Amino acid sequence: MTPRRGPAEVPRLDVDALLRDPATQTIVCCGAGGVGKTTTAAALGVRAAELGRRVVVLTIDPARRLAQSMGLEVLDNTPRPVPGIDASAGGSLDAMMLDMKRTFDEVVEGHAPPDKAEQILANPFYVALSSSFAGTSEYMAMEKLGQLRASADAGEQPWDLVVVDTPPSRSALDFLDAPQRLSSFLDGRFLRLLMVPAKAGGRAYLRALTGVVGSLTGLMTRIIGAQVLTDVQTFVAALDTMFGGFRERADATYARLQDEGTAFVVVASPDPDALREASYFVERLDAEQMPLAGLVVNRVQVSAIPSLTAARSAAAAEQLSEDAGAESAEGTVVAGLLRLHAERMLRRERETAVVRRFHGAHPGVATVRVAAMAEDVHDLAGLRAVGEGLSVSSGG
Amino acid sequence: MPAPSSRSRRTRAARRSGAGETGSTFPDVRLHVVTGKGGTGKTTVAAALALALATHGQRILLVEVEDRQGLAQLFDVPPLAYGESSLAVGPWGGEVLGLSVEPRAALLEYLATFYKLGRAGKVLEKAGAIDFATTIAPGMRDVLLTGKVYEAVRRSRKGSGAVYDAVVLDAPPTGRITRFLNVNSEVSVLAKVGPIRNQAESVMRMLRSSTTAVHLVTLLEEMPVQETLDGIADLTAAGLPVGAVLINQVRQDGLPSDALGAAGRGDLDTASVAATLQRVGVAKDSKRAGTLARGLADEAGEHAQRVALQHRERATLDGAGHPVMELDLVPTGIDLGGLYALAEQLREQGLS
Repeated sequence: MTPRRGPAEVPRLDVDALLRDPATQTIVCCGAGGVGKTTTAAALGVRAAELGRRVVVLTIDPARRLAQSMGLEVLDNTPRPVPGIDASAGGSLDAMMLDMKRTFDEVVEGHAPPDKAEQILANPFYVALSSSFAGTSEYMAMEKLGQLRASADAGEQPWDLVVVDTPPSRSALDFLDAPQRLSSFLDGRFLRLLMVPAKAGGRAYLRALTGVVGSLTGLMTRIIGAQVLTDVQTFVAALDTMFGGFRERADATYARLQDEGTAFVVVASPDPDALREASYFVERLDAEQMPLAGLVVNRVQVSAIPSLTAARSAAAAEQLSEDAGAESAEGTVVAGLLRLHAERMLRRERETAVVRRFHGAHPGVATVRVAAMAEDVHDLAGLRAVGEGLSVSSGG
Repeated sequence: MPAPSSRSRRTRAARRSGAGETGSTFPDVRLHVVTGKGGTGKTTVAAALALALATHGQRILLVEVEDRQGLAQLFDVPPLAYGESSLAVGPWGGEVLGLSVEPRAALLEYLATFYKLGRAGKVLEKAGAIDFATTIAPGMRDVLLTGKVYEAVRRSRKGSGAVYDAVVLDAPPTGRITRFLNVNSEVSVLAKVGPIRNQAESVMRMLRSSTTAVHLVTLLEEMPVQETLDGIADLTAAGLPVGAVLINQVRQDGLPSDALGAAGRGDLDTASVAATLQRVGVAKDSKRAGTLARGLADEAGEHAQRVALQHRERATLDGAGHPVMELDLVPTGIDLGGLYALAEQLREQGLS
């Protein structure tokens, strides 16, 4: 491997080329919470649509104003056209927010016979778990992605590009791990053991059981109580009828993430935690042979006058303050300006070092840097501006 | 780096908290829960709070529950094993210990405590029940984590009172905090009788009492502030006690107010700035001085916009009716020195 010398050698992520390429069918935005992932997904959607793609954006948990900027007022699990998109290049944009509970209900209704479905939907454990199960939102995001792709492929919808935001989880890896975890649980020994009494049709059967199964059920009864255990067993037995279809779909969507039409965009902010998370994720994509398009670093400090260093700027500010001239208003103002610049340059140096560390570990990951903006995105114009920032990497 | 406006902060703090320099804003609180939107520096603020509370002879336990070893990284110590270990000596004579709660270990401990299970725990482990409880069902996971925190707050040595004077919890983010703290009330609904129900009720009692305070960390930006207000509303509705709003990464004005206004409007007199730059030797010639002056004016303009936004968001937070405290932006990033500086700022504002 040739030694790398600096950020200058990091390849630039060409967002416009990615969006224009008709082979790009799915873009998945991943990253730690609070790095601007949803905003990035929305901005990519707007830009792609205005470049002529027919796009649907799936957002998971958008801030109210961001949702409003795409004309999304209600969470109803249905893609709706985003008003105000410039369609002169022949593109269009639909957007939706994921309703996790609704999506889960639809999966149950789609896979279980009607009487079973009703039983499941009414079970207190289903009600508690369908919205709080670890990995439910990740699983449901994948499920919804599968549905959107399927209706695009079948020609029911005009979309040629699906952009997905991922749930705001503790770790970016959750998006990849959760469906697997859920299916291995559905396959798991524990669940089958729990189901034994329900399948055998009664508790009398328990007496015939020996060894692990008997002591396990007895133990569970002692710990969570017989009533709770019965509820769980009923729930699990009802779910059992739909497990097959459930898991097949998760596996199919997962496999789909590995095909060439998919592009992962890893989103980070220039701080150590977010980039560590991005590192894990990039390694994981590599291990799973999933296609990485590149890294977006949001909110970077930029300066048009980087040749004035932090040290030089701070020293000059100091000198101005010490000078007799500092009594003058002008001296105070210029000292203030120089201090602000020095702080900006200090942050910039620190950010550059953190990003460089990432590239040291992952040379060759194409990257685009987006300058920090003074205010949040409120409207389509704001999303357009972010899109422009994405297509022209910030220098400085 | 000394805070340029620490005097004005002290005045502001005294005015807003009513506690001034005479004492703590939360004298009776034993459990400080610190939450915040992702990216706001929740872990950093929790650590600074623990240091601030560690005054003479006080033992403070700092707990993390998100299984990411953020505390070890922050304090630059080896990863925390299950069990409490010293993180830092408080600058005012106390001690901060750290605990990283790992759900598996917490579950086995929980089972051993409540059911005297011994080897039976192994059976559950083998059957995958422990995996199920700790990774699949977040409700159970949260029951275990809050249970462990409860145990730490209540732990005492015979005759010598509580082991920890206060516990600081680096909690899940604002979007999940109410569900996390409230999980034990859901348990009470599912388990109608038995030791689990009793435990759940005791934990809820403590979390809802005046010995607990839930602090929300935010930035003075629109999304985090909105999320903070939503979080306060959720917590209040659930009967959980809201403590302070802790604003992280505050940028000071940095310029006299008329200059700040001019910068915001793009009206700074760049010719005169350029002349000054040339006079102090930052720029050799007038061309370079002009370039630098325009660059500085643009940066100041952005800064002014940012400061104006801060003032608007600050006013919104003040309207929420809870104490508000501010922490300066540390441009070089957070290390142990930075943590002590932030702890000092919290103390100046009467937090401890």
